[in-house]
Formats: sequence, C-alpha cells, structure tokens
Amino acid sequence: MFSFSDLTHWIDSSLRLWMNDGWTLFVEFVLIGVMILVSYAVLALILILVERKVCAWMQCRLGPNRVGPWGLFQTGADMIKILLKEIVNINRSDKFLFRLASFIVILGSVLTFGALPFAKGLQVIDFNIGVFYLLAVSSLGVVGILLAGWASNSKYTMIGAMRSGAQLISYELSCGLALLSIVVLSGTMQLSEIVEQQSEMWFIFKGHVPAFIAFVIYMIAGHAETNRGPFDLPEAESELTAGYHTEYSGIQFGFFYLAEYMNMFIIAAIASTMFLGGWMPLHIPGWEGFNGAMDYIPSVVWFLAKTGFCIFMQLWVRWSFPRLRIDQLLRLEWKILMPVCLFNILLMALVVIL
Amino acid sequence: MKIFRYFKDIFLGIYHLLQGMYIAFLNMVRSKITEKYPENRLKKVKMERFRGLLTMPHNAQNEHKCTACGICGINCPNGTIQVISKKVTDETGKEKRVLDRYLYDIGSCTFCALCTISCPQGAIDWSPEFEHTVFTRSKLVKQLNREGSSLEVKPKINNI
Repeated sequence: MFSFSDLTHWIDSSLRLWMNDGWTLFVEFVLIGVMILVSYAVLALILILVERKVCAWMQCRLGPNRVGPWGLFQTGADMIKILLKEIVNINRSDKFLFRLASFIVILGSVLTFGALPFAKGLQVIDFNIGVFYLLAVSSLGVVGILLAGWASNSKYTMIGAMRSGAQLISYELSCGLALLSIVVLSGTMQLSEIVEQQSEMWFIFKGHVPAFIAFVIYMIAGHAETNRGPFDLPEAESELTAGYHTEYSGIQFGFFYLAEYMNMFIIAAIASTMFLGGWMPLHIPGWEGFNGAMDYIPSVVWFLAKTGFCIFMQLWVRWSFPRLRIDQLLRLEWKILMPVCLFNILLMALVVIL
Repeated sequence: MKIFRYFKDIFLGIYHLLQGMYIAFLNMVRSKITEKYPENRLKKVKMERFRGLLTMPHNAQNEHKCTACGICGINCPNGTIQVISKKVTDETGKEKRVLDRYLYDIGSCTFCALCTISCPQGAIDWSPEFEHTVFTRSKLVKQLNREGSSLEVKPKINNI
C-alpha cells in the first residue's frame, strides 16, 4: 500500500539539501499550514454543496442547478459573494471580542482538522494522547460561540449562546465517554496506533455490541456538538433569528458558516477513524485474496468514503427530524445517553476481559 | 416497573426515529417534482384544471358557440369581459343578434372562472398558457373571437 510518508520524507530530504535545518523547518511549517487551510476551505465548499443537494433531494427538489453543470460552481460563487460583502459594525458592541469570536470558532476546528489521519502516513502530528487532543481542541469552539453571543450586545445572540453553552458542555460528556470505550478496547490513545489495530477488523465489528452502541451515541452527541439538525437550538431561526451569529455579516459570518460545516466533517472523520477503521481498508481475517484486492484502493479514498458515509448519516438525520425543545435536549443527554454510555463502558471492559 | 418504561421509551423512540428516516430516504430516491422552467418550456405539461388564459374554442369551419348573450360579462366581478354584438338580418327578414367582438382584458382578470361556469353554451374555456408578459397595457386586451368567425349552427332537434 502506498504510504504518504515516502513523499513527505522525500520533500524533507530534498529541502535539507538546499537550506539549513531551521529554514527547512520553517518552509515545511508554511507548506503544511497552506495545505491545511486550502483543504479546509475546499472541503467546506464541497460539503456546503453536498448538503444543499441532499437536503433538496430529501424534500423532492433538485437543489442548486443554475451555476455550472448540475450547479457544481454554486458554492464557489457564494464564496466570492460573501468575500465581497460589507462587514457591518454593530453599534455599542464590544468591538474587539466581537471580531475575536469568529476567529476562535474557526481556530478550534482548524486545530482539530490538522490532527486527523487522512491517509497512510498523511498526518500532520501524531500525539500519543491523540484522542484527548481532539476532544480538548474541538470543544474550544464553545468559547467562541459564548463570546460571539456576549459581544454582539443583543438578546437573540445572548440566549443563543447560553443555550449553546449548555448544549455543548453536556454533549461533550457522552462524546468523550463513547470515545473512551474505544480507548478501553484498543488500549491506546494514539490515533495512528488505533488505526493500525483495526488492520484485521474494524472496531465496530471487533467490539461486538458495545462498539456499535458507542458508535451510535458518538454520532448523536457529535451531531449535537455541531449545533445542527434537530439540535440547532442555539440558532433556532424561528425563535432567535439566527442565534449567536445574528449580528455577524460578510466574511465574519462566513467563518461561522465554514466552522459549522467543517465541524460536521471533523465529527464524521473522528467517527470513521475510531469506529470504521480510518484509512484502513476492509479486511476480513482468512480471506487473503479479498484483503489483497482491498489494499489496491488508495487509503485516502477509504478515509473519504467512510467520512462521506458518516456525513450522509448526519445530513439524513438533520433533514428528517424536527427541532428539540431545550428540556427535551438536556433530558436526552443526562437521562438517556449518559447512563447508557457509562453502562456501555462497563460492557466494553467485560468484552475486553473475556 | 418504572425501569421497564424507561427502556421501553428508549426502544420505542429509536423505532419511531428510524421510521422517520425511512420516509426521508424514500423521498430522496423518488423522482423530483421541480420543473426546470426555461429549459422545458416547450414540453407540454398536462394541466387540466389550470386557469391560464380565457379562450374561445373554434372548430375547423371557423365557427364558435357564443350567442352574444352577455351573461359572462354580467357575471364578471371586474368588468373584464366586454361582449360587443351587432344586429344582422337573415334571409327571412328576421333581425338577429350576433357576436361582433368578444374583448377580454387579462390585466384585470382574477381567473375566478365565473364566466366559464355561467356560460350556457360552453363557448369559452381555459387554456394552460401562462406567459402573459407584454410591454404595454393595451396589448393585454385580447379579442377572443377570430376574424370572420360565425355562430356554430346546432343540428335541429326533432320534436315528437
């Protein structure tokens, strides 16, 4: 199987021929940063188009179909429009925090995006506490959302931000506990190690029932963390106009929009890494020919296909269900998901021991 | 028994959620109802009950059924229809009222269909044509009977 580490090592050694160590490191940092930001933006544009198409199909419509063939350039046109728009200054708002908030939201999701293993050898940084890092950094976004709500000096944004805080902090728990059950199964928190361990069979099959329960709970809790679908209370448009980003305009709103879609991608990518084997092809023990054939499909394709599947599940849920009330939302978390998750870890420990 | 209800609620909830997702999936794979308008404007869409434009059907001999009774104009709430008749004397020397011009102003029509309902002869009907945009208001007034058209002669019913 082709490993991207060959390519990155070749780039590293050829750079070292030209310049000293410090400059090599600097050039590599810049390259990685540019790569991450470009892929971040491009993936978000693709995701927005996919969301609009799938949403339209589920409502028996055609979706965007005017710009380019099948409306493929629609989101590109939207991006140009949003870049050209005026940024409105809100009267009597906290100017500094108002501007800072959108950057914090996007910072949290870029930091998480950078640590994902995209393919074999294609991972920016491989911590030995990878799962911890992902959970810690992905919950940075709530700070930005609270700041946005507070700094805009408006009742809608304030209520939206408070709801969002309650929701994100509660669902963070079952998110972490669901991932913890996989950590119990694998015995490591390093993402590359977790993916390697799934080489003979993916964790969702290997872990029997508890892994499946953990997968479902992680998808629900992760979906709630992206502030979308039936859990979109923070931006409930019928009550709060647009929730915490009511007062934002132009590219500042674009940052929130981008971060929302990339959080969806990140949740799907973590789910596919932890439960569906990440970039690891489908291997069935004993079927050597089948395993060899599966290895011919590049690892990036495997990763993107699994992530795409998880994203489709999220879109499906979003366009099927009505919005929950705040008490129903918290009841679902504290009375159902949390106890089930705690019990699930116990079950997983039993599976590991036996 | 509260604990049983707790679990029952969870599984029932999951079942109902899956039902909803199944319906959404069915919608997704169904054929779409959106019409791509400018591309398919030449496609004939069958719209039987659609009221696009008032028309007066003429047969092959350029004959219509309107007897110029004016009931449609009386029934019209907006004064959209103007029936202008003329008197002609036929070969027996009897004076007869026939239709001269049937004027229909689409600019004031609300498409209520009271005219077609009240017409005793069935002389006017709706067509599904809907592209009515013009540059001047005077073009909105249309004459429905064609040039040189005459009343369709009904076959005589023999009295017993």
